[in-house]
Amino acid sequence: MKTKILLAAATAGVMFAGSVLASTLDDVRARGKLNCIINTGLAGFAAPDDKGKWTGFDVDFCRAVAAATLGDADKVNYTTATGKTRFTKLAAGEGEILSRNTTWTFSRDVDLSQTFVGVSYYDGQGFMVPKALGVKSAKGLDGASVCIQTGTTTELNLAEFFAGNGMKYNPVPIETNAEAQELYKAGRCDVYTTDASGLYATMSSFDNPADHMVLPEIVSKEPLGPVVRHGDDQWADIVAWTLKAMMAGEELGITSANVKSLAGKDNKNKEINRLLGKDPLQGISKLGLSADWAVNIIGQVGNYEEVFEKNLGMSTPLKIARGMNQLYRDGGLFYIPPIK
Amino acid sequence: MSTEMYKPGSYPNLPPPPGTVGFYGWIRNNLFSSISNTLLTIVSVVLVYYLIDGIIGWFFFDAVFDADSKIECRKINDGACWAVITRRVGQFVYGFYPEAERWRIDISFLTMFIAFAPLLYPDLPKRKWLLWFSGIFPFFAFILINGGFFGLAKIEYSLFGGFMLTVILGVTGIVCSLPIGILLALGRQSKLTVVRTLSICFIEFMRGVPLITLLFVASSMLNYFMPPGTNFSILVRVIIMFTFFSAAYIAEVIRGGIQAIPKGQYEAADALGMNYWQTTRFITLPQALKISIPGIMNTFIGLYKDTTLVVVIGLLDPLGIGRAALADTKWNGLSTETYLFVALFFFVSCFAMSRYSLWLENKLNTDHK
Repeated sequence: MKTKILLAAATAGVMFAGSVLASTLDDVRARGKLNCIINTGLAGFAAPDDKGKWTGFDVDFCRAVAAATLGDADKVNYTTATGKTRFTKLAAGEGEILSRNTTWTFSRDVDLSQTFVGVSYYDGQGFMVPKALGVKSAKGLDGASVCIQTGTTTELNLAEFFAGNGMKYNPVPIETNAEAQELYKAGRCDVYTTDASGLYATMSSFDNPADHMVLPEIVSKEPLGPVVRHGDDQWADIVAWTLKAMMAGEELGITSANVKSLAGKDNKNKEINRLLGKDPLQGISKLGLSADWAVNIIGQVGNYEEVFEKNLGMSTPLKIARGMNQLYRDGGLFYIPPIK
Repeated sequence: MSTEMYKPGSYPNLPPPPGTVGFYGWIRNNLFSSISNTLLTIVSVVLVYYLIDGIIGWFFFDAVFDADSKIECRKINDGACWAVITRRVGQFVYGFYPEAERWRIDISFLTMFIAFAPLLYPDLPKRKWLLWFSGIFPFFAFILINGGFFGLAKIEYSLFGGFMLTVILGVTGIVCSLPIGILLALGRQSKLTVVRTLSICFIEFMRGVPLITLLFVASSMLNYFMPPGTNFSILVRVIIMFTFFSAAYIAEVIRGGIQAIPKGQYEAADALGMNYWQTTRFITLPQALKISIPGIMNTFIGLYKDTTLVVVIGLLDPLGIGRAALADTKWNGLSTETYLFVALFFFVSCFAMSRYSLWLENKLNTDHK
């Protein structure tokens, strides 16, 4: 029995090794479609519209990679995955990218043999309270009852935050986000805590979202970003630089509206020229991409700011402020290596 | 009148005093027989009125059937916002199956009834001919839905979803698990040690493991033993798991039926010189299956409803489509409407199955229980 399992494992290993040799980019080009693993439904990040077309922040990133590699942002097959199945789906080759609000942690990066190529959204655990409570800061929550999902890292974060500030709280344990919404609306708990993006999504589903607020304190680090399989550095670079190109687009003032005209003329800022293929960008052929890769990304999907505002920003029901998710020059955390 | 005389024993039956029988009589006796009863009746009527008024109003009169978003809905009226369903009914039924190809699903679904009719109703005219169609229907439906043959475009499994997915999973699972279950039940009763042991192992393993675990095995574990890019569709893997799981339950239900047959039946078959297969075909199974109908139907309905579990491995069945709809910021928060709609679909399907099994029981009832 033992030898049989070993044999099967060895066979699988050999097959894995064999497949890694063929480049992911070639696979995608041969198929003519990018396979992208996304959430089964999370407000602002991935959700189908009434026509059955997937939209959202994570979905737009899949589209950007398709635009860079295939020249057409619509050439994407979406595969939905739950939190439990996402990593095995990626490992099994059901998709080339996992773009599913996945937190970058040490063990996920190292132990599961995956490559996190960057951070597309800095999330963190926050607190939502009714405005009527009159609390302006999480430090004023001493003695509050808190709705908390059991068995998650948020539970530990909560305990650490309250203990660290010498405060007490009454936990109201719940299982799902939907249950939390009901309990919170019914006033069974004063505070609901989960990732800030989830709080905004929850708030937007209320009949009177203006009666509630998310407190400024963020008590945990949840850097979310796209993930690829170990072993194909070219592909990891493509995905990483697709993200950076979107952010560079914002930094250099390139938008989906002006990208065509900027690409057609000689700009004073040579970095724009290099990004948009006017001037040669050393190494782009090693990446296997054409010179107009960034034009396709920004032209068909938009720069980071456009994608953020379209899916999560102030004009959407979620009304998420940029916060940490801004360029360093605006006080955020995105600092893009120079395009040269 | 009172002067009329009758012979002893021939006095005619007089009508009962007015107000003690009929509609009024019933009302007076049951609702207003005492002061406390009268009060209770009035209070109840008022309560029921408000309840029904609220519910019906929410469901129909104050409901909004077409709007662009939840916010629009709330502007129009404060009842149910059915717009989330009407705007997405295509998604609920077909998942992400391309709109131009949906006729393939429609035809498969309609012909499914023709294929099932001769199997479900033994008295159907021209049944022999229809049975031929039932035989080829699985291949017909597969080609039509999956595509890739005869110029039909191949449809990726990741586009399957909604009620269509439930029906595919449920019907295939049900149809395949019954024969396997019968074989397992017979195998477990077999005198051949190898057959018996294998059957027992299979049944006990499948029954001893939660379905959700099997689904995870189907979606994750099997992947590790296949090279990346192998196209062993997850849909097929899931259908196999559903079939095996429910076959194990069916086997035990049928074993119960077999053991309920009196020993005299077998002895009579032996005395007539019947061999094992003759006994099984003419004596054991007809009686065992008839006894097991409620149990079998129970398992089938359970299987049908368990198809919603595929949502945990990322397949979008109606419940998954509903959750995805709620994740759209336009419809966020309309969970009551969405879940009620999905519940209605499951209720209709399961109730139909349950009615059919009752009909079959009555039809096969020979009344020597």
